[in-house]
Amino acid sequence: MENSLNYAAIAFDGVLALVLLVLAWQLLRSPNLFKAIVLFISFGLMLSLAWIRLKAIDIALAEAAIGAGLTGALFLTALDRLQRREENDREEQDARWKSQEKKPIITTEASDQGLAAMIRKNKNHFFSRPLQTIAAISVLALTCILGWTVWTLPPFSDQMSALVSSNMPISGVENPVTAVLLNFRGYDTLLEIGVLLLAAVGVISVAPSAVMRTGSSPSPILLLLIRLLLPFIILVSGYILWIGKYAPGGAFQAGAVLAAGGILLATAAVRFNLSASKAMPLATGIGLLIFLLVALATMIICGNYLQYPVALAGTLILVIEAAATLSIAAVLVRLFVGVKSDTDNPAPGEDSQTLIFEEENTIK
Amino acid sequence: MSLTDLLGTFLIVLAIPFFWGGSLGLLRFPDIYTRLHALTKADNLGLGLVVAGSILMSKEWTVGVKLLLIWLAVLVASTISCYLIANAARKRKINPWKIP
Repeated sequence: MENSLNYAAIAFDGVLALVLLVLAWQLLRSPNLFKAIVLFISFGLMLSLAWIRLKAIDIALAEAAIGAGLTGALFLTALDRLQRREENDREEQDARWKSQEKKPIITTEASDQGLAAMIRKNKNHFFSRPLQTIAAISVLALTCILGWTVWTLPPFSDQMSALVSSNMPISGVENPVTAVLLNFRGYDTLLEIGVLLLAAVGVISVAPSAVMRTGSSPSPILLLLIRLLLPFIILVSGYILWIGKYAPGGAFQAGAVLAAGGILLATAAVRFNLSASKAMPLATGIGLLIFLLVALATMIICGNYLQYPVALAGTLILVIEAAATLSIAAVLVRLFVGVKSDTDNPAPGEDSQTLIFEEENTIK
Repeated sequence: MSLTDLLGTFLIVLAIPFFWGGSLGLLRFPDIYTRLHALTKADNLGLGLVVAGSILMSKEWTVGVKLLLIWLAVLVASTISCYLIANAARKRKINPWKIP
């Protein structure tokens, strides 16, 4: 029994590894962008399965939520915008040709057959393009360096995990991953939150007014889904945040789940003006703010940056994580709805309609 | 292996044909509407069987409740996304497949 289970596990892992490789190859060579995105999402889900097999449940959760879910949704939105922009370009060109009543001179492949054709063309003349050749060589060199680094790594030792487990009693939490992220290596996480905030600032500076996608009013059934799922999503996010103390979970996973709720609202074209909302900037910044405040307070009281007093460590970690959850969710939603392309500009005379908080499209 | 474990394994194994059928339908059916039909119907039932089997095999009742909630969430999400995809296809005037 034990033996056959072992063989089954090896077979499962082998198939999983093979599926990952095939999916990665297929998504890279797919000329159809939509197909590539769908393959990317499946790749992310398979990768999270692989993390589960490696017993890294925390990473599996993050990969499924952020890698497959949010990034996939972000790609789909980007593709939608690309296609709408292409359509707009084509219409503009048609109009120009009609007004000039001339035979078209500029027929760019990009607008005629879409990005897919461009990619196919690039593939055929791969080495005739110096830029691509340089990029390919750099990527190959990087892969070789990374491979060499992994190969020459010292053999796996249990020293680190022994060090972590011997220090678990003073960490304030029971999940070693949370202990490392928020206590032993809290500095790294502080910087990560800072990087996320920087990303949000970048998006805000490029697209200052985040207007939700306009278009046809959302289907009542989609609104029903939001009504059913949104409270559930908020509850699950809080649960994942709380459970991080004892088991896989924590701020990043909880934030990703919360962001999924916000993105659900965005896809339903429920219009709320983010730039007018005072809560959004606050939520974006609060994670880093609280983290820095705790860091300063611990420096003044305990003498060292982020050295929590043992009795308070659990509480402090929960406070930091709660604030970080809000910030992570806000940043992720902001990335999703903040990118405003020129095709999103409503036609003149329509803009007053779009900016108004429309009562019938909001959830009651 | 206790009786509940055996029953749980049986239910999970019973789910395989449903997932198999759903995937086969997704690959082989002629148009978007029939494919959606195969995918949502068969896979929801298959997942239900996997969840039922896992509930029987779970040691704590809280795990069972969580599994049940996951199934319900998937049911709601897949039903509504099925409707949304089919409706989007209908709006794009994709005609349902007819026997030629």
